[in-house]
Amino acid sequence: MLEKRSGVFFIAGLFFFGLAFVSQAVVPILMYRDQPEKTAEQLVNPNVRFQMEDLAKRFPESFKEAFGEIPAVGPEREAWLNQRCADALRIGRKAYTGEACWHCHSQFVRPVSNEDRRWGPVAKAEEYQNELQRPVLFGTRRVGPDLSREGGRRSNDWHAVHLFKPNSLISGSPMPAYPWYFEGSPDKPNKRGLSLILYVQWLGSWLESYPYYEDYKASPLRSPDARRPSPAIAVTSEGGKP
Amino acid sequence: MQTQPTTTADLPRHSDLVEERLVRWYLIAACVYLTIAMLGGFLMGFQMIRYNPLAGIEIFSPGRWRMIHTNGVAYGFIATAFLGVLHWVVPRITLHPVLDHRLSYFIFFAWQVVILGTVVGIMLGEAQGLEWGETPVWIDPLAQVGLGLVAINFMAPIRHVKGPMYVTLWYFTAAFIWTFLTYAMGNFIPQYFVTGTSAGAIGGMFIHDLVGLFVTPLGWGAMYYFVPILLKKPIWSHGLSLVGFWGLAFFYPLTGIHHFLYTPIPMFLQYGAVLSTIAVEMVVTTVIVNFFATIRGSTGALRENIPIRWFYTGMVFYFLTCLQCAFQTTLTFQALIHFSDWVVGHAHMVMYGVFSQWLIGMMLYLFPRLWRTDWYSRRLLEWQYWLSAVGIAIMSADLIILGVFQGYMWASLAPWSDVIQFSIPWWALRIVSGVMIFASHMIFMTHMLLTWMKAVAERKQEAASNPSTVAQTV
Repeated sequence: MLEKRSGVFFIAGLFFFGLAFVSQAVVPILMYRDQPEKTAEQLVNPNVRFQMEDLAKRFPESFKEAFGEIPAVGPEREAWLNQRCADALRIGRKAYTGEACWHCHSQFVRPVSNEDRRWGPVAKAEEYQNELQRPVLFGTRRVGPDLSREGGRRSNDWHAVHLFKPNSLISGSPMPAYPWYFEGSPDKPNKRGLSLILYVQWLGSWLESYPYYEDYKASPLRSPDARRPSPAIAVTSEGGKP
Repeated sequence: MQTQPTTTADLPRHSDLVEERLVRWYLIAACVYLTIAMLGGFLMGFQMIRYNPLAGIEIFSPGRWRMIHTNGVAYGFIATAFLGVLHWVVPRITLHPVLDHRLSYFIFFAWQVVILGTVVGIMLGEAQGLEWGETPVWIDPLAQVGLGLVAINFMAPIRHVKGPMYVTLWYFTAAFIWTFLTYAMGNFIPQYFVTGTSAGAIGGMFIHDLVGLFVTPLGWGAMYYFVPILLKKPIWSHGLSLVGFWGLAFFYPLTGIHHFLYTPIPMFLQYGAVLSTIAVEMVVTTVIVNFFATIRGSTGALRENIPIRWFYTGMVFYFLTCLQCAFQTTLTFQALIHFSDWVVGHAHMVMYGVFSQWLIGMMLYLFPRLWRTDWYSRRLLEWQYWLSAVGIAIMSADLIILGVFQGYMWASLAPWSDVIQFSIPWWALRIVSGVMIFASHMIFMTHMLLTWMKAVAERKQEAASNPSTVAQTV
């Protein structure tokens, strides 16, 4: 049996492979079956919508050329922006995988190695149950920082200039320049460029602690209606950024 | 094998079994793809030391060429070269030709379409978001059909073998099924059927099975075929061969999730993957012991016999990578070295140090037989070997040590740019070692050309001195 064709074919080839597939793939699929997959439309949240409108304000010409004229007011405007936002997330993700961004920037925060101090909250399963994680973009290498809590940390202007010429903002950065996402200068992103910026701004936008800053501290000023001591005291007792 | 003919007169002739032209085409195509893949690696390597001569050109973006580098090595070089080797080994060991030579030629051209389509697709930014499987989604079905046809074409001669098969054929038979299933699982399920964390588990299995269930069994199958032929003696222990094969078959598929430790994938599955990875290392040790016991008493072959030297160098690297794997897969090591250049060093040691070196060894054995002449120059063979072996040793050591430093710097919350600044000299050394490996490959390509020209000249001379014999195709 162990040296015959049928034994090798059925036991090693099919059965052992099937066993591994059941234990390594079917088990997690069953465990997460109650977490339905969200579509890009369902992923549009107020934070990422804000970034979408901010892109429209900062790059009006480029935005109009890429996505068309924003309807003036009312529910029509809301629906239009939400749909364009979802479309942009899809286009952005395609650019993100097409450029292999995820081979240098991971998208998950581990509970070890002080990662929650550097990046933010540890990754949870439900964060990945959506259309834009198909296939999932955990990543296996960090040449640059993790991006799963990047959304809202930096402005759209910053991202545009950084994509256009990374080492103009971060001297010594080994990140390549991506001028083909712009029409000649960083203030003229094209459709793919706007979408890629929006995609990065979306990462982590669903978190309560959005935007997550490395040395985030709540304001030391007491809010006028607060009775309790300022939350700043609790935060500083952990120590600031080492 | 009771039905095998007993006298050499009854044996089928080599020319009826092996379509030599196809073997040559596959091996030469593989060498060309390796050149392209290596150049892609250089583009990314130079970008990381912040010197990119092609900056700002979309189709030469280093990120895209990083994917061409990995896919080019896996599918362009390793898979293509193995197809050539299989066209030599399988018919000779089963004494039956493949199912149909026309099918073989169809597969050859279909496979070139898959590879070139992958390269062009990735250059145009169409990559799929699956590590080691970035082939654009519109190529995946063709590749899947191709792998199915490969399995059918080679299983036909294996079907004729009666009774117990030789070790090589266990590995090959299993590899044909596993490769087909692995490709289907990795490329289609996370793309179309499941999402998020469970897709991550499948992605991990795909990365690992591609090495463990496609490249590894084909590699070891070939080692069990070539090493006894070259050393002119049998493998030391048949029992250990059994342990090696069945241990690999059982434990290897179970290890996939170890690529994603500390992710939201359930912890008990992560523990399972860690344990089976350590078990794989035990199994690997039995195979290594078996091969080193085989060469005991014939170690002079390491000096004299160039293919044997490449094979055993690869085995040393294989043992090192698997030993490293048993450690790095533990949660303690993972906390430190995951995401760092350690993993890149490990990957280069496996894909180049082991499997590419084995395949180059096989080519060094096959080309003189395909062209019916000796290699042009012993000196060039030595240069090729030493540049390659020393180059990959420097590259892996450099990246693995760098990975440890990176891990500690990240954990210490040092500013990110400090880690980059620290890494630059190490990345520069990686370029130097890459140049050594590339030089070795260029020497090989040049040497192939010189040897081919020598073979052509010899055929002409033969034909001139003896016009009655028909010149053999070269």
